[in-house]
Amino acid sequence: MNGQQEEVSPQLLDLISKDNNREWHMDRDSSSSSEERKLELRLGPPGEEEEEGEEDSLLSLGYFSTPTTINGSQTLKKKITTLSSPWTQNNQHNNGVSSFLQSSSSSSKPSSATNTAVPNSSQKRTAPGPVVGWPPIRSFRKNLASTSVSSKTQSPHESQNHQHVDKLAGKKHVLVENNNVGVVVGGGKGLFVKINMDGVPIGRKVDLNAYDSYEKLSTAVDELFRGLLAAQRDSCAGKIQNKQEDKAITGVLDGSGEYTLVYEDNEGDRMLVGDVPWHMFVSTVKRLRVLKSSELSAFTREF
Amino acid sequence: MQRIAFSIPEEVLEHVFSFVHSDKDRNAISLVCKSWYEIERWCRRRIFIGNCYAVSPRMLIKRFPEVRSITLKGKPHFADFNLVPEGWGGYACTWIEAMATAYPWLEEIRLKRMVITDDSLELIAKSFKNFQVLVLSSCEGFSTDGLAAIAANCSNNSYISGTCAAVPIVLFAADFQVKIESVNLRELDLRESEVDDLSGHWLSQFPDSFTSLVSLNISCLGSEVSLSALERLLGRCPNLQSLRLNRAVPLDRLVNLIGRSPNLVELGTGTYSSEVQPDVFSDLAGVFVGCKQLKSLSGFWDAVPYYLPAVYPISSRLTSLNLSYATTESPYLVKLVSECQNLQRLWVLDYIEDSGLDALAASCKDLRELRVFPSDPFGLEPNVALTEKGLVSVSEGCPKLQSVLYFCRQMSNAALVTIARNRPNMTRFRLCIIEPRTPDYLTLEPLDAGFGAIVEHCKDLQRLSLSGLLTDRVFEYIGTYGKKLEMLSVAFAGDSDLGLHYVLSGCDNLRKLEVRDCPFGDKALLANAAKLETMRSLWMSSCAVSYGACKLLGQKMPRLNVEVIDERGPPDSRPESCPVEKLYIYRTIAGRRMDMPGFVWRMEGASGGNCQWQVQAQEASRTKKFTVAWHIQLQLWLVFELDVILFLKLVSTFCRLLA
Repeated sequence: MNGQQEEVSPQLLDLISKDNNREWHMDRDSSSSSEERKLELRLGPPGEEEEEGEEDSLLSLGYFSTPTTINGSQTLKKKITTLSSPWTQNNQHNNGVSSFLQSSSSSSKPSSATNTAVPNSSQKRTAPGPVVGWPPIRSFRKNLASTSVSSKTQSPHESQNHQHVDKLAGKKHVLVENNNVGVVVGGGKGLFVKINMDGVPIGRKVDLNAYDSYEKLSTAVDELFRGLLAAQRDSCAGKIQNKQEDKAITGVLDGSGEYTLVYEDNEGDRMLVGDVPWHMFVSTVKRLRVLKSSELSAFTREF
Repeated sequence: MQRIAFSIPEEVLEHVFSFVHSDKDRNAISLVCKSWYEIERWCRRRIFIGNCYAVSPRMLIKRFPEVRSITLKGKPHFADFNLVPEGWGGYACTWIEAMATAYPWLEEIRLKRMVITDDSLELIAKSFKNFQVLVLSSCEGFSTDGLAAIAANCSNNSYISGTCAAVPIVLFAADFQVKIESVNLRELDLRESEVDDLSGHWLSQFPDSFTSLVSLNISCLGSEVSLSALERLLGRCPNLQSLRLNRAVPLDRLVNLIGRSPNLVELGTGTYSSEVQPDVFSDLAGVFVGCKQLKSLSGFWDAVPYYLPAVYPISSRLTSLNLSYATTESPYLVKLVSECQNLQRLWVLDYIEDSGLDALAASCKDLRELRVFPSDPFGLEPNVALTEKGLVSVSEGCPKLQSVLYFCRQMSNAALVTIARNRPNMTRFRLCIIEPRTPDYLTLEPLDAGFGAIVEHCKDLQRLSLSGLLTDRVFEYIGTYGKKLEMLSVAFAGDSDLGLHYVLSGCDNLRKLEVRDCPFGDKALLANAAKLETMRSLWMSSCAVSYGACKLLGQKMPRLNVEVIDERGPPDSRPESCPVEKLYIYRTIAGRRMDMPGFVWRMEGASGGNCQWQVQAQEASRTKKFTVAWHIQLQLWLVFELDVILFLKLVSTFCRLLA
């Protein structure tokens, strides 16, 4: 039996030794700390000498969780044998592995259950709605179709807006410059702008072309940072299990909430988001920042 | 072998080595004997480093003191899709600083997915006397100010070039390697970098004496460039062969820009739309015809149908066409594509639809590479009639097709099997079915058999990306047949550790594995820990690897950097069994990296860990069960075999030289 296993999966023997005592640590070390004991358990074959209580907590890892096996390698082998395919059998290529798959003892458990079942565990992991980084497209390719339409309708409007807002903001924009930026906007490039939030060390990026109003942007800000912020608070407070509903980040536009959204424009000035028409905002924004409203007073004074 | 090696003078060997260009062969040479190692390291001019954290600049410089060209890569590939948090690393500055003092004669720098500052660009501009090529591919952190510095210093040695023109091109005997072609910047390529656009005036920084430009790619720049400066620059660079403009360059200016570059081989247009103006059309067509060497066209932003026929007169010359920004309706794309009968590479949006791919299959018999990008990746419903059928007909009609990137919304096992049977010569196959876990739409089965057929029939497959509903079985196929597979991307697939185990234990040539949202966990990872040392890197995000397993791996494999990336805070604030958010593992001889941000944790080896490892190793090898030892033997054997082949090659080269 042992000899057979060696042929089957030499890689496994590399780290999973049969003798649990001789695993990574020497005997005296393994008893020294409970932390190391845990590690050992996971390394070793599943179901072997595991306390029942531990097993529950490790369920997310124990994809081999076959209750009655004595040896982990054996379990693995059983799985391998059950997975031999009709398709490999049709072709008589006797490749090393497939021949092994076919020749090894016919297993009792049919594999159909594993094969046709929807992979449940991973499905649970993904929330409904868009997934970050999927489909795998570089950021500049996103929204190629939608923006190409907007590029045709936007331009005449825009310069009016610029002038209008120039007055509002009391700034002396050179019109040519604005148009430069406008090219980016109109371009199908997807306008990705960095966004940071007070208290969250990780920066994000938002594609402004994906939104058409301040309201949608503020919802996006909430989506981007709510989880991060909660995680940040949790880790600071050291409460991991606390599953209270994450608080929504609201009122970032009118200053009524805990946070306020500000941006840095193409001249390096900081402005409140929402003060200018959306198109003007989109064509001048360089960076976004979600500030604590309490710290905003200092900011506005400066402003 | 030793005797022969000694009997050949060092200079001759050095010259012979200079004909060996492949990094693999050079590595093999350096393993033949100590003297070959020495000779080889002093004449190695080109260096490729696939992971900037796998080795330190100091180590590189110590071993290879005479490097002229370096290629460095930084962030993991998944950074392209926003999966690597900003600030992760991949900083170029330590490398640039070290090279600035060690390699004054450095000529080429190629960076990919790295962060490079304006200061570093300035340092490049000032430090290297003979600098010629700067390629920044998917880099960030710099602005047009940095580019201005490069431009301003690109030809500060024009007087040397004058002197050199007078001396023979190849200096014989004294040093075979010194081959002076040009000391000025030849290539500036920003590929898909993210440049902070401060102004378009950096182009005017190129001095008037600067005429050596061969390749310029500014397609990634968002803002308008100074067209007059660009025009002047292009006008005085007669050797320009490759020009890729950005979207801000209007179509009616294109004619003037390229009118004086008759040697263009590759052209990326700017915006390809304008009011309907017959004279612009005819000028454009005239200019295209005038570029006798033109083979490759890209750009075509917002292409309008009216101007596409301007390409027709040269369509039979074109071998490469990138229409992936041309948001044009199918009929016009189809017409254009079917005009280009010698096309070898086509990138296009899914607007081309199945019917267009049918036409492509019928007319482009030389096609080798096809990429079809989605026009509306986030829409729920298909917006175009593009299915698996288009790809099937291309696989039937184009016998040379070997590289595919295809985004679509439906796929079937039958189609994949047909594609595999049609094109066993495929080396790169990346299929993205946009909705995760989409089954075969005909049978509602997983796509295991289809991808299985791809790996079985395409014996030389090097790169594979999976999508759709997949169980562990597909990984069994991959492990069984994917013996030449070098890079594998997996998302939303598999159902247990077994999947990962098949791949790691079966794919002998695997270099890079990237996995996201798969239920792969500790066992497969730990069981194949030794395999990780043979690979460049492993990325796993949203998988089921526990923090405890990462720690263990870090302790037991001191030559791996096991980095946990977790934006939720320190991983030790959660139970050890809690899965880590992201995991990036790579082999390194440089040890811990110094620039880790706060959300990355390297799993450190515990003190005494090495000791235990060795004890373990001794025990294991005594019982002859330890695969690492076996691996090493195998590698040595491979090296030996390679050397014999190489040696024969060298001897024949040498004989030819003598004759």
